[in-house]
Amino acid sequence: MPFNVLMPALSPTMEKGNLAKWLKKEGDKVNSGDILAEIETDKATMEVEAVDEGVLAKIIIPGGTQDVAVNTLIGVIAADGEDVGALSSPSSAAPSVTKTAAAPAVSSAEVTPVSSTQSAVMPQGHSGTKVFASPLAKRLAKDGGLDLSLVKGTGPHGRIVERDVKAALAGGPLSKPAASSTAPTTLPPLTVGMADATIKQLFEPGSYEEVPHDSMRKTIARRLLEAKQTIPHFYLSSDVELDALLVAREEINSSAPKGADGKPVYKLSVNDFVIKALAVALMRVPEANVTWTDRAMLKHKHADIGVAVSIPGGLITPVIRKAETKSLSQISNEMKDLAARARARKLKPDEYQGGTTAVSNLGMFGVKSFSAIVNPPHATILAVGAGEQRPVVKNGALQIAHVMTVTFSTDHRAVDGALGAELLAAFKALIENPVGMLV
Amino acid sequence: MADAYDIMVIGGGPGGYVTAIRAAQLGFKTALVEREHLGGICLNWGCIPTKALLRSAEIFHYATHAADYGLKLDGAMSFNIGDIVKRSRGVSGQLNGGVGFLLKKNKVDVIWGEAKITKPGEIVVGKSAKPAVEPQHPVPKGVLGEGNYKAKHIIIATGARPRALPGIEPDKKLIWTYFEAMVPDTMPKSLIVMGSGAIGIEFASFYRTLGADVTVVEVMPQILPVEDAEIAAIARKRFEKQGIKIITGAKVTGVTKTASSITATIQDEKGSSQAITADRLISAVGVIGNIENLGLESLGIKTERGCIVTDGLGKTNVSGIYAIGDVAGPPMLAHKAEHEGVLCVEAIKGLPVHAMDKLKIPGCTYCHPQIASVGLTEAKAKEAGYTIKVGRFPFMGNGKAIALGEPDGLVKTIFDAKSGKLLGAHMIGAEVTELIQGYVVAMGLETTEEELMHTVFPHPTLSEMMHESVLDAYGRAIHV
Repeated sequence: MPFNVLMPALSPTMEKGNLAKWLKKEGDKVNSGDILAEIETDKATMEVEAVDEGVLAKIIIPGGTQDVAVNTLIGVIAADGEDVGALSSPSSAAPSVTKTAAAPAVSSAEVTPVSSTQSAVMPQGHSGTKVFASPLAKRLAKDGGLDLSLVKGTGPHGRIVERDVKAALAGGPLSKPAASSTAPTTLPPLTVGMADATIKQLFEPGSYEEVPHDSMRKTIARRLLEAKQTIPHFYLSSDVELDALLVAREEINSSAPKGADGKPVYKLSVNDFVIKALAVALMRVPEANVTWTDRAMLKHKHADIGVAVSIPGGLITPVIRKAETKSLSQISNEMKDLAARARARKLKPDEYQGGTTAVSNLGMFGVKSFSAIVNPPHATILAVGAGEQRPVVKNGALQIAHVMTVTFSTDHRAVDGALGAELLAAFKALIENPVGMLV
Repeated sequence: MADAYDIMVIGGGPGGYVTAIRAAQLGFKTALVEREHLGGICLNWGCIPTKALLRSAEIFHYATHAADYGLKLDGAMSFNIGDIVKRSRGVSGQLNGGVGFLLKKNKVDVIWGEAKITKPGEIVVGKSAKPAVEPQHPVPKGVLGEGNYKAKHIIIATGARPRALPGIEPDKKLIWTYFEAMVPDTMPKSLIVMGSGAIGIEFASFYRTLGADVTVVEVMPQILPVEDAEIAAIARKRFEKQGIKIITGAKVTGVTKTASSITATIQDEKGSSQAITADRLISAVGVIGNIENLGLESLGIKTERGCIVTDGLGKTNVSGIYAIGDVAGPPMLAHKAEHEGVLCVEAIKGLPVHAMDKLKIPGCTYCHPQIASVGLTEAKAKEAGYTIKVGRFPFMGNGKAIALGEPDGLVKTIFDAKSGKLLGAHMIGAEVTELIQGYVVAMGLETTEEELMHTVFPHPTLSEMMHESVLDAYGRAIHV
């Protein structure tokens, strides 16, 4: 009998993804383990693997389709010579014969509670601002795919009430985005400012190329807009001397044992020290290793350090878990692996989700200093500038030292100024005296 | 001529005096013109004195059913109708005085007389052409007199009066309106009630409880025509069990009078007619707006079916002239008038207000059993195109109702199946007029079934039925 190929869930929270492309054509013979198609989520590209053999009888959802809901029938595999007229209907409960190469498929039973949780937080607008709306308004908005954060309330104290949602759904000034004909989407527009058409009018037609956003771009836009709008940021900068660290790094790297391929088994970068130092600093100032939630502060027991990795078309932040427990060489090698797979968009969701803080390093581009946007659920992010030789004054005399400027961006709801300063001081002490992070 | 007022309200009924007080609260220099009685019909000849009468009837009912509660009254329970009326007038008088006090406290000038708007911004107050209804409460002290007055904004709140059918005009003797029915000098042995709206049904209930032979004639196929059909059917059954004769789908085509009795010819839809003779006939066929002698015609103010046309916030088609309450159209209820008046002056003040949603105005009828409702009836909800979920919970399933000895009644809720919006709630049974407000608040806050289900209702109360009815709409009732 034919088997349905369903859109796999690459993570428990995944509701939809893009079917990037099919690697098999209709009529192609398929062996167990063959890669059928590539699925793209906001952060990663995954391969859909066949777990049975047969012929790819029909492609239901063509390659390049965006926002395909999890468990949608995307294709059908039939036994060789089998009549494909006997296709199962999309609603058939036939088990998926696919699995993803990167992550186990999540059964629909596991997906359901997650989606209901999401519906529960629906009234929280995509921008994360608290939306005051009547229960009926919330439900009507949810059913109509309307983002309440885009609706102006006319009820008491600006509360959004039924008439506001009805007006918005009926095509008021802040109506829901027009659903695309191929894949209805309920995602709200990502900009709250000018309408697309208004923006485009500012430029000569034909003077620009229009590149539709991919999932990653949309995710970056949504999350950072939310972060910058809802997190009260403040910033703490300091110059950190690197000379002792550079000496230590040189000594450690030169004494690295050689592996089977004749290459050193590790080569530490300054960034590896930064990761480690930040992890140890958080252990020394545990009050800063926290996450804000509306009801409680989450005080983390480990330092999970996200590291921003620039990849074509965006960035991704893989996480070094329990970095305080790992050696510099472990961190270094893990980082290399994560960065390589991030660039290939092969990270699993659990490799880039969560974390308790993050590091963003633009030093390699010669940036002297900058301020990053806190990436929730983190309470802090450390922006690292270039290490360079600078004149410094020591004991009244001018000297030359290797210095880099680092800036903590901090969620003031979770970490106050003095606490942030304490964390920065602990970090600075560790970088300037790197032996401290080895014990 | 006195200094110009910011706001002048014509009519001191529940709509008018509340409007005036709210206007004063908002800092407007306010005056109110009244020709007859502060508190209007509601307080003097309607809502309040009838509740006093019905309370007497209710206590009489319980006293005559004392044995049901394990009590024994030695001797016969009896009453003197004059004393019942006296108590009712006393209640009215007390509240009438209260309105005067409230206006004074809020520094609202009261002008005694009949107002005529000569042009926008100008009112002439003269002697009332209308003979006052007796007995009359005294004219309050400190009122201003007749003369010319000026106001930036004029709010008409002149209310309504009983509608008369041709050939069956009230004569104050044999054919009563609510005015006479409220102050009978003798207890009629038999009574025909023409019209089965709230007013007709309340008088039918009052007089029947005190022992009169009562026949209700209704032109529509159901009594209480604005209520949900299921609730009205239950009410009819209960009334008939109490001995009230009910004739629906029929109208009184004519009357003949003797010195002390009246015979009504009643014709049903099929054309067959019958004659019923009674001591009195109460005409309760609705009310019409008091739009006369105000100068509306010369001002060109638009009226429709005897009421002034407004924009929902009281604005008429003529700038500076507003209308609220009964005179501005149905539903003709005191609480609608009050709220409309408040919205009107708040809009004048520039506060962000929205016109009232008339589907969220509750209605109460204080017969026995009581009836209360808000929102759409089941039939109206279907008519409006909703797919509905209907919940029902009978009084028989409620502990408090059983303990009260009131096991008859129903709480019915109607939800939009799609959105969970509470479209309507309809109740019949003991104390439901005090319960309905729970649903009104729920509708006002736009709750869905979910919030109602998650609301904790105190036990043991009749209100638990409101919870159960919601649960029942979703197949989750516990006690049925």
